[in-house]
Amino acid sequence: MTDVIEGAAETEVLVPSIDDAPHPAGSGAWRHRHLLDVDGLSIDDLELVMRTADSMREVLARPIAKVPALRGRNVTILFYEASTRTRVSFEVAAKNLSAEVVNIAAATSSVTKGESLVDTVRTVEALGAQMLVMRHSVSGAPYLAAEVFGGSVLNGGDGWHAHPTQALLDLYTMRSRLGSVAGRKVAILGDVLHSRVARSNIWTLTAAGADLWLCGPPTLLRGFEAWAGRGAAAGRRFHVTASIDEALRDADVVMALRIQKERMASGLLPSLREYAARYGLTATRLATAKPDALVMHPGPMNEGVEIAPDVAAGVQSVITDQVTNGVAIRMALLYLLAGVTAA
Amino acid sequence: MTGRRIMTADEIRRATIRLSHEIVEKQAGTDGLLLIGIQRRGVPLARRIAESIRENEGVEVPVGALDITFYRDDLSLIAQQPVVKGTDLPFGIDARTIVLVDDVLYTGRTIRAAMDALVDFGRPQAIRLAVLVDRGHRELPIRADHVGKNVPTSREEIVRVHLEETDGEDGVEIERLVDSPLAAEPVA
Repeated sequence: MTDVIEGAAETEVLVPSIDDAPHPAGSGAWRHRHLLDVDGLSIDDLELVMRTADSMREVLARPIAKVPALRGRNVTILFYEASTRTRVSFEVAAKNLSAEVVNIAAATSSVTKGESLVDTVRTVEALGAQMLVMRHSVSGAPYLAAEVFGGSVLNGGDGWHAHPTQALLDLYTMRSRLGSVAGRKVAILGDVLHSRVARSNIWTLTAAGADLWLCGPPTLLRGFEAWAGRGAAAGRRFHVTASIDEALRDADVVMALRIQKERMASGLLPSLREYAARYGLTATRLATAKPDALVMHPGPMNEGVEIAPDVAAGVQSVITDQVTNGVAIRMALLYLLAGVTAA
Repeated sequence: MTGRRIMTADEIRRATIRLSHEIVEKQAGTDGLLLIGIQRRGVPLARRIAESIRENEGVEVPVGALDITFYRDDLSLIAQQPVVKGTDLPFGIDARTIVLVDDVLYTGRTIRAAMDALVDFGRPQAIRLAVLVDRGHRELPIRADHVGKNVPTSREEIVRVHLEETDGEDGVEIERLVDSPLAAEPVA
């Protein structure tokens, strides 16, 4: 490294704005204090996250997969919704960076005694939280937390709204297999309507120039036709179809979304069996995509419903890559956000 | 370049050759020797030293690259230098003699971080340090074993090393950052 950087430790340094505003294109620096959604991320931001995740992959491959980058930092994980992989992934990521990790499951906390979200956030901050990873069933809850929290808030999924780290790890997984996703056909199948994973992926994939197709029963695509026509990132359009044949034809990537069983009660789906028959990702259907098309799923899977067990475990499946890459992406984001509040 | 030149391309070349001789002499040969350049300009310097050893000794000494970004003791530097250059150590380091190579030795904090990073990869027999320029002002008890050029500087000065591989030309220059400490401008 150069002398300049070493010397900077004892010199006045540039203090980036703590606004959650996108930085000027090409400046190469990360300026976001929070990660609440992916729609505020520029192409440069996405590139920086991907490149930083590459370095984190290299760290994960080391004999000791741990670096002291966030030593002494407190990362509090506050989940109001059940989760295994996202919560554990954030925890592993924070620990790999040597952060102190505090885990709070709302089900066993004062939340059950009626404590408000704002009070809980103030309490965890008073207990030393500097970065708050949050999942909540109400869309927008992390925005409220960000208003009162003095550190950085990372959205680990809010309602139907956004799941930024999932979309980023999905993009990272596609790029590490395909090189670039520009012009590649990506089909997302399933319950798009209730899916924060789909909403966040619409932003990142259109930003990255993918040929994006959303597919599912018409009842689970309501409202998306209009959005597809308006366009998402940079006004780029995407496709919405109820025909799985059309969505899968020559696709480079096929992502199945979890069908939540509680949707049956709302009358949006007749039965799991009918869904599996009409929209389930089977080996026969996958054969209509490109021969080496990637199979993805954000998990947890209902095998035999949205995805057949042999497809989920097949050679085209990158579902376990998604899990490993999830740790690298979350390490990258914790690291980049920590740099903003430290400056 | 805009500052005062303190090393020309020829001087860098001669210093690199001398460093390579010193390294081999101190090790009494090349057995167990590994060169590890610290990102970014330490890496091409380490390759040049290895090339010089190959010419003089006929031995290929393995060269690795070490990125110490995640081992820095100041997180606020992330905002300035967010891009990590990457670590590539294509060999085990246990029981080997490692020569860390960097362009400039200043506070010593980079070297402290590099040693922390290295011990996560194994237990070397010895770690030595070779730098092109030692400019003084150490803040930690660290010294270089092999120095290309000692350059007395003030803290208000900055030493820039340019290498063909990273900057398109070879040369070292010294530049005065500010006229007075009161007018201290941010260093990007």
